[in-house]
Amino acid sequence: MRRLILILCLLAGPVLAVQPDEVLDDPVLEARARELSKGLRCLVCRNESIDDSNAGLARDLRLLVRERLVAGDDDAAAIDFIVDRYGEYVLLKPTTTGGNLVLWVAGPVMLVLALGLSALYLRRRSRTEAAAGLTKAEEARLREIMKD
Amino acid sequence: MIRRMITELGHFALILAFVVAIVQAIVPLIGAHKGWPGWMALAAPAASAQFLLTLGAFAALTYAFVVSDFSLRLVVMNSHTDKPMLYKISGVWGNHEGSMLLWVLSLTLFGACAAWFGNGLPPTLRARVLAVQSAVAVAFLGFILFTSNPFLRLAFPPLNGNDLNPLLQDPGLAFHPPFLYLGYVGLSMAFSFAVAALIEGRVDAAWGRWVRPWTLAAWLFLTIGIALGSWWAYYELGWGGFWFWDPVENASFMPWLIAAALLHSAIVVEKREALKSWTILLAILAFGFSLMGTFIVRSGIITSVHAFANDPERGVFILIILAIFMGGALTLYAARAGAMEAKGVFGMVSRESALVLNNILLAVACFVVFIGTLWPLLAEIFMGRKLSVGAPYFNAAFTPFFVALAVILPIGAILPWKRARIGRAMRNLWGVLALAVAAGALAYAMQTGRSALGPVGLALAVWLVGGALTDIALRTGRGGLARRIRRLGTLPRADWGKAVAHSGLGITMFGIAGLMAWEAEDIRVAKVGESFVVGSYEIALNDVTRAEGPNYSAIRADMSVIRNGREVSRLYPEKRSYPVTQMPTTEAAIDNGFFRDVYLVIGDAQADGGWAVRTFIKPLANWIWAGSIIMALGGCLSLSDRRFRVAAGARKPAPAGAVVAE
Repeated sequence: MRRLILILCLLAGPVLAVQPDEVLDDPVLEARARELSKGLRCLVCRNESIDDSNAGLARDLRLLVRERLVAGDDDAAAIDFIVDRYGEYVLLKPTTTGGNLVLWVAGPVMLVLALGLSALYLRRRSRTEAAAGLTKAEEARLREIMKD
Repeated sequence: MIRRMITELGHFALILAFVVAIVQAIVPLIGAHKGWPGWMALAAPAASAQFLLTLGAFAALTYAFVVSDFSLRLVVMNSHTDKPMLYKISGVWGNHEGSMLLWVLSLTLFGACAAWFGNGLPPTLRARVLAVQSAVAVAFLGFILFTSNPFLRLAFPPLNGNDLNPLLQDPGLAFHPPFLYLGYVGLSMAFSFAVAALIEGRVDAAWGRWVRPWTLAAWLFLTIGIALGSWWAYYELGWGGFWFWDPVENASFMPWLIAAALLHSAIVVEKREALKSWTILLAILAFGFSLMGTFIVRSGIITSVHAFANDPERGVFILIILAIFMGGALTLYAARAGAMEAKGVFGMVSRESALVLNNILLAVACFVVFIGTLWPLLAEIFMGRKLSVGAPYFNAAFTPFFVALAVILPIGAILPWKRARIGRAMRNLWGVLALAVAAGALAYAMQTGRSALGPVGLALAVWLVGGALTDIALRTGRGGLARRIRRLGTLPRADWGKAVAHSGLGITMFGIAGLMAWEAEDIRVAKVGESFVVGSYEIALNDVTRAEGPNYSAIRADMSVIRNGREVSRLYPEKRSYPVTQMPTTEAAIDNGFFRDVYLVIGDAQADGGWAVRTFIKPLANWIWAGSIIMALGGCLSLSDRRFRVAAGARKPAPAGAVVAE
């Protein structure tokens, strides 16, 4: 089954992802549709946006997005429409609600933490004296090595 | 008959390699602990034997693919008599079992190299390094023999095979896995050195100097491997994507990031004897991420586009290996790291601190990739939410750290050791900074859209390349111009390597930014004889014909790329169909250029007699891979530095009772 899905969707196709007949006449609307498609996941594929996928379901979703835009939805409304029907699994960019907040702040928090810790460490280190770890002979040998 | 024999010999060699690995993992360790020279001396020949036996097994499997021995299950599943020879051979590692064997072959190769070139290491350290390396080999040889044996037979061999996935029948992909595995597995050397040093209980400058070339080698292989994979995706998948933030790509990218951090922190250990325990931790984690990558690719726990047909049982086995090695190494680290006292003292602003910042940014960037890759799994387990984390998240969450890294890089690279002043370093860089800002502003003014991405990419590239040139210029010291130019030739290779690799990073960043910001695309139906305009080019569809390849049939379009009324190039995009696997592929036709690629794809025939045609103008595409190759080249230059060869004999063997290393 997995293999079948692979064959069906990602591993390329003679079919182009976005078909010429899907393209909207209004270039502004079409550009918006393309942008939205890039953020929506093809449900039967592995980690591909509907904009890149050749799968039939991805095409249906692309058409649905365009339908909503033509009907006058703004970007957020069009996305909500899709999420209501297919779940948040369809979003390639996860929301910032609830536990997902952790995902978004993890990087910056980690950075602040690491900067703080290393600053503390450096301050403490610069006060303590260097302790001798090598024997005299080894020190001499090391100096010799470091010369070349 | 001979054929059968060779396969059985290969299988036998693999089992023997497993036995040798077990012996090599135990005996030298005891020898080093007790100080028995004979037991320690066993490690080196055992490492050579292990490599040769694994090589034998690999050669036997390759032979089975070359002669299409369909009594082997693996050959049936992945080969076909009509397949071109190159792909018969690359088919050996185009599947789970064979690629695992290649993985272990790289592992034993690194072990053998440590035995061959490690004559200068103190005998106890060398014995311990080889023993730890061999313990990893035991785990993975066991994994192959017990869950993924490539030498399994079929009772009733079929007349022909199922063929290799046609997407994998490509030169780019033929060489992508070997480089990637050399990189992944090369990090096992850093791991072995780290664990051996923890067992020994000491880390000094000489240790930093020994571990650096291995890390450098692993990193440069990873760089090439990742670049090849990305290049393949670019021309093969049919729409020119070059990086998808797919779990499997991330799995190779995380070790790359940590290896890059390790490279830099090992410099601090070598030159200043500081950051020792941090460097040890990085060495352990780098290999941990390699193992995790192997787990992700082969367990199927995270859905990915690249995964091999996978199997939970194998996943559990690798997870156990991961738990044992990481758990063991980190426990040892917790117990011993406190003893690694740092010697070199340095101020808040110094080359050391800049390298610490480099390490923090790389590690945090890696952490972002890590959490994004695992988040769908975590969210499902802990929050019961089924969600996706895709490219938009990574682009937003990862990029700032790399931009920050690029901003501090040229300053950090010229800061003096121990104590420095930023103002002083900047005095040499104001010109470059002004140039970078001007280039960015110019790009901003000239582009049609209002995106900041392209201009920022250009500014960073100028900043990095200019910074690298400044660094080299400063290294030539004072004196007349002629004298300084003469001195260029005598600069250590490591200095050149540093400048070249940092420039490569800038070029890659510009390529990525430019391609993402300034790409133009056109999708339409075209009839034969028609032409249309995309950007500043005119594209003509001259003809569409059928063509036959060795193991596929194709529809081939004949198209012209015209600029200012002159034909720039003639391209033949294809749509292929492989009858054995029943799988279609698109073969995009690309006119490669210095500033842009013209990328043509032919699609389906339309009802009105036209053809679906997709055209991309991809600016700076080749800069991405050129930059990667330049980075790898910088790694090579640095690797060839004299001090790694001379200093191989850095610490003389301990005087009493020591063995001569042969």
